[in-house]
Amino acid sequence: MKTVTITLANPPELYLEGQNITPDNFAGKKAAEIATLDVWEGKLKSPLGKYFTVEGEGGATAADTKIVLRGDCTRVKRIGQQMTAGEIVVEGNADMYIGGWMKGGKIHVKGNVDSFCGIGMEGGELIIDGNAGHHLGSSPRGEWRGMQGGLIRVAGDAGNDTATFINGGTIIIGGNADIHVSTHGEGGTVIIKGDAKGRVGGQMVKGDIFVYGTIEYPLPGFQLVGEVEQEVDGATARFAHYIGDLGERHPVSRGKTVYANIYTRL
Amino acid sequence: MGELIIKNGFVFDPLQEIKGDRMDIGIKDGRIVETSALSSPKTIDAAGMAVMAGGVDVHSHVVGPKVNVGRLFRPEDKLFKSPLKRCDRMEMGFSVPSTFKTGYDYARMGYVFVNEAAMPPLHSPHVHEEIRDTPIIDNAAMPVFGNNWFTLEYLKNNEIENNAAYTAWLLRATRGFAIKVVNPGGTEAWGWGLNCESIHDPVPYFDITPAKIITGLIETNEFLGLPHSMHLHCNNLGNPGNYVDALDSFKLAEGYTAKNTFGRDQVLHMTHVQFSSYGGDSWRNIDSQTKEIMDYVNAHDNITIDIGQVTLDETTTMTADGPFEHHLRSLNNLKWANTDVELETAAGIVPYIYSPNVKVSTIQWAIGLELALYSNDLMRTFITTDHPNAGPFIRYPRVIKWLMSRAARDETMKTFKWLDRTIESTTIDSIDRELTLYEIAQMTRAGPAKALGISNIYGGLAPGMDANVAIYALNPEDMPSDPDMIENAFSRCAYLVKDGIVTVRDGEVVAEPAKRTVWVDVKVPENAQVQRDIYEHFLRHYSVGVENYQLFEANLHNPRVIEVDSTQ
Amino acid sequence: MAKKIENVGCPFCGVCCDDLVVTVSDDGKKILEVENSCIIGSTVFHRAMSERHTLPRLRQPDGTFKEISYDEAIDYTAKVLHNAKKPLIYGFGSTNCEGMAAAAKVAEQAGAVLDNCASICHGSSFLAIFDNGYPSCTLGEVKNRADVIVYWGANPAHAHPRHMSRYSIFPRGFFTGKGHKGRKIIVIDPRHTDTAQVADIHLQVQQGHDYDLFDAFRTVVRGHDIPDVVAGVKKEQIIEAVDIMKKARFGTIFYGMGLCHSDGRNHNVDIAISLTRDLNDFTKWTIMAMRGHYNITGPGAVWSWQYGFPYCLDLTKRDIAHMNPGETSSVDLAMREEVDAFINIGTDAAAHFPIEPVKRLRKHPWITIDPHPNMATEISDLHIPVGIVGVEVPGIVYRMDNVPIQYRNVIEPPEGVPSDEELFERIYERLCELEAEDAAREPAKAAPEGARAGE
Ligand code: SF4
Ligand SMILES: [Zn+2]
Ligand SMILES: [Zn+2]
Repeated sequence: MKTVTITLANPPELYLEGQNITPDNFAGKKAAEIATLDVWEGKLKSPLGKYFTVEGEGGATAADTKIVLRGDCTRVKRIGQQMTAGEIVVEGNADMYIGGWMKGGKIHVKGNVDSFCGIGMEGGELIIDGNAGHHLGSSPRGEWRGMQGGLIRVAGDAGNDTATFINGGTIIIGGNADIHVSTHGEGGTVIIKGDAKGRVGGQMVKGDIFVYGTIEYPLPGFQLVGEVEQEVDGATARFAHYIGDLGERHPVSRGKTVYANIYTRL
Repeated sequence: MGELIIKNGFVFDPLQEIKGDRMDIGIKDGRIVETSALSSPKTIDAAGMAVMAGGVDVHSHVVGPKVNVGRLFRPEDKLFKSPLKRCDRMEMGFSVPSTFKTGYDYARMGYVFVNEAAMPPLHSPHVHEEIRDTPIIDNAAMPVFGNNWFTLEYLKNNEIENNAAYTAWLLRATRGFAIKVVNPGGTEAWGWGLNCESIHDPVPYFDITPAKIITGLIETNEFLGLPHSMHLHCNNLGNPGNYVDALDSFKLAEGYTAKNTFGRDQVLHMTHVQFSSYGGDSWRNIDSQTKEIMDYVNAHDNITIDIGQVTLDETTTMTADGPFEHHLRSLNNLKWANTDVELETAAGIVPYIYSPNVKVSTIQWAIGLELALYSNDLMRTFITTDHPNAGPFIRYPRVIKWLMSRAARDETMKTFKWLDRTIESTTIDSIDRELTLYEIAQMTRAGPAKALGISNIYGGLAPGMDANVAIYALNPEDMPSDPDMIENAFSRCAYLVKDGIVTVRDGEVVAEPAKRTVWVDVKVPENAQVQRDIYEHFLRHYSVGVENYQLFEANLHNPRVIEVDSTQ
Repeated sequence: MAKKIENVGCPFCGVCCDDLVVTVSDDGKKILEVENSCIIGSTVFHRAMSERHTLPRLRQPDGTFKEISYDEAIDYTAKVLHNAKKPLIYGFGSTNCEGMAAAAKVAEQAGAVLDNCASICHGSSFLAIFDNGYPSCTLGEVKNRADVIVYWGANPAHAHPRHMSRYSIFPRGFFTGKGHKGRKIIVIDPRHTDTAQVADIHLQVQQGHDYDLFDAFRTVVRGHDIPDVVAGVKKEQIIEAVDIMKKARFGTIFYGMGLCHSDGRNHNVDIAISLTRDLNDFTKWTIMAMRGHYNITGPGAVWSWQYGFPYCLDLTKRDIAHMNPGETSSVDLAMREEVDAFINIGTDAAAHFPIEPVKRLRKHPWITIDPHPNMATEISDLHIPVGIVGVEVPGIVYRMDNVPIQYRNVIEPPEGVPSDEELFERIYERLCELEAEDAAREPAKAAPEGARAGE
């Protein structure tokens, strides 16, 4: 695997849109070529080299390419958008949409990320050491086919609207989640190691949510059906098991109605 | 000045029965002329290419409130699906394109006239605002009548003359083009969450059947002598076993003949017949009944149809058939928009995915093609996708490819998950027929223009007609062996001349000639009764005043009026 | 002789009454009387007579305003748009659709973000519509058919004075000859509003917990049990309300800012839409947003047909439009300092935005286009006065139920004062000149061949 290190030397006045910062786009390119890829600051389209210094070169394929971002990328959006393979490491923070519509590969952000990260994700891994903003792993506006697969792991807290319309894949939040988790969900798993504020599983058809702490305002459409022992993220624990959202439609599979499940740690 | 000559092309003009003759077409001041009338024309070399009149679309949902809800509520129809800007304005959307994209894409396919399939009269100012923003193509729009309270009340009492006077008033009030009927009676029933599932199901509270609405509107149409015929989306659409309802509706036209001065022969245009040609009694055993349908259509020349071809895309369904859309949303559980329009109509909108992996979708695909392939008269059988209901209009070239090439059909069928079941439930696999360029010209310009009653202006290349000419890079003497080349040629015409102006070259828009709004103004005798009824309903039941309901002249854009005098 | 003008539309709230009668003076210059409107409606007409400027005003280095010509103001505005990396054009609460279409042309050419007041008001409705649809109807349907009316988080008695009398509670329609007597009214609101006074049932939902209450309604609709109290409302009351709703022949839920502005915003509307869907399995139900300004529905319509998005349009890429509220919404852009120029049109952003985004926007050029002075004009670098739509300028507006209403003007704008549409068309032309001066990046399009008929 070859490594390209790009360092934000001249930060933008506004924000940068860096959807070209992916192993797919860097693969097979030398530093000088990478520096010519487009980035946008508002309506201004410029070569990446205007803002970043570029060292190293891409591997033969995306899978052979690792990108390291240095400097303060708090105002760089869309890093790793639609990437299919390879690796990205962000040494600090990143802005919105990191890992959006990601299909494969791995992104590791050592700081915090803003909203809409991992939206429309289909595969791969998105690891955030800090906190995430709103709409983590959600579906883009109007899209009923939300997260399809892959793993998102946030060590800190997440904002509201996590995993809207989730269909598959796993989201693990080390801290707390704000309101709305897996709203309209129809599959997939969300694990919250801390507390959830409320509206967990609203309008949810199918899928699983685990909450280790408390749900401050549980929804009336979820009903306690028993206790279970489950292995979650490598550790086994006992949970209270709720099904719902009883206000929502539910498919019938082999004569049995399929509900969404919420498990809260006992 | 303003002269063009299109030289050496193979000309297909079914209105003049020109079948691929090598001819020159003269254009002067926006009209077709004899080449001898030209003094120093610019030349377009069309050697080795097919020359046709600009395309005419008989039925497409392109402007107006429900189309716009379809745009508004589907941001995902734009995401990663919109082409980059290459004309004056951005072009957004796939299944429900922006107005700009609509105009540009139709032009790229060589079309010049598009008939908006359903205008809720109360929303006519909206329709005309969108028409203004749809570049290049001329538009007409059909107000819906089949669930209109005035219409229901007049027809219940057999008051054809009153209904005709009201119809004339509404056409003028909305600057409309023809009488559109969608799920007659059923959409009014939808006001209560109900439906009329057959033509004999009475309309709640109105004491009239769909059958009577249909015949009453045929009579009204011929009483007025409108350019187009009554245009019907029939009852029980989209349900297994509904070919019976389509036949029942067709039969209502028996005994009626067209009375008009516009060269139209039919009294009933039945739209998107694909959605009404289903046998079986459930989604499990649904099958094709196109043979029954087309035997009837072939034998009755007072009927025209369009096919409503399923294109196997993710699209957006939208119709004034409110109960149908409600039913659809219970099948696919996707988002559902609905607007019931006071005294007039309703509309429903639901995204829909026609997938080659779904049996019903592939059966529907076969049914649409069978309708065309079983037709004995392609001057009465038109290509549509009921855009965007069965697929977006940008797929017309693909539909043409399927119709012109058995190999193309086979290629597509190879992708079907339920190929055997599809073949069992349809007859598509037994059909070898491949349509010719002449037949395609019948289905896409000459036929629709004749049926719309505008074949003196559009759809042909006779001197005096609008200089709308589409040139496709297809040589009838040397058709490409790869059917995809047919699709490419019809997607991006070599040239479109609209109103005498070279508008598209090599598939790209190079000019934006002003577009028109085509409407029908009917002169009827003064009718005090109808004036009173209008006054009453607006006073008591409408939520807007009658003076504000009628389109202001300032909100009508570049009009072309077709005048009809029914007092003669 | 004074002149009476009938069928005049009211340019104030989303009820869009079109039955006003306005009396103007002989010379057609003064408005003497406004009939049929509510009090706030008539104010708009009377205010036309006062506080008008007839020339643009440009801020001077000493902080005062100096009057400049329209040409100068247009040049200034075009240059601000041209030079900014990411200008924001926001507002459109009070203009016609023609103005909105012209502004979009400018935004597209300038590479701007284009947004309207829905962004801070009913935008959450759009998000819900994107996700869940919108089973609705026109207001005449409600009048003619509805026997159950729900006002959820809406107080029309104050915000939409003639809503209840024209369309919902009181009118007698075709199937509703008994008027109010034949209708059941349910009001769901944490407050004891004036609207709640006329309700048969008033459920006092705990502030911020509408979503939970909707979930309870839906759960009961599907025949499941719920806790004894949800969001401060007793189970029996919920069951009673659901029962009335299921037995309706035709029902409408009107919802207002109470839903769009409490926690979860769009989800409150979204689940209200889900409830409406559910009820349509039993009988007929519709839902409608109580949109505020008379034509705030307009930009959503116009920009949807032009770009497919109703608000928060990021046109900065110039070849494709992008929308994502939360990112491309005005307040978020301002808070994150993503924009570097601001055009405030037909609204008072200084009054309606929270203070922090106003401060951040104020670091950059700020131009306000509005008939009257307001808080925004007074902190602007440039104020461009325009004609008042519905009073001095005619045009199409969209009522809260998406019905287009053709508005008239009753008087002419002050001499030389353009409409929003004219102003934006001129800004567009100037912008194109600036772009042309900027160097020809692409070869010009070939001139069209041939000529049109009659030319
Ligand atoms: S209700 Fe609204 S639109 Fe009607 S008169 Fe009052 S302010 Fe004007
Ligand atoms: Zn139809
Ligand atoms: Zn149709």
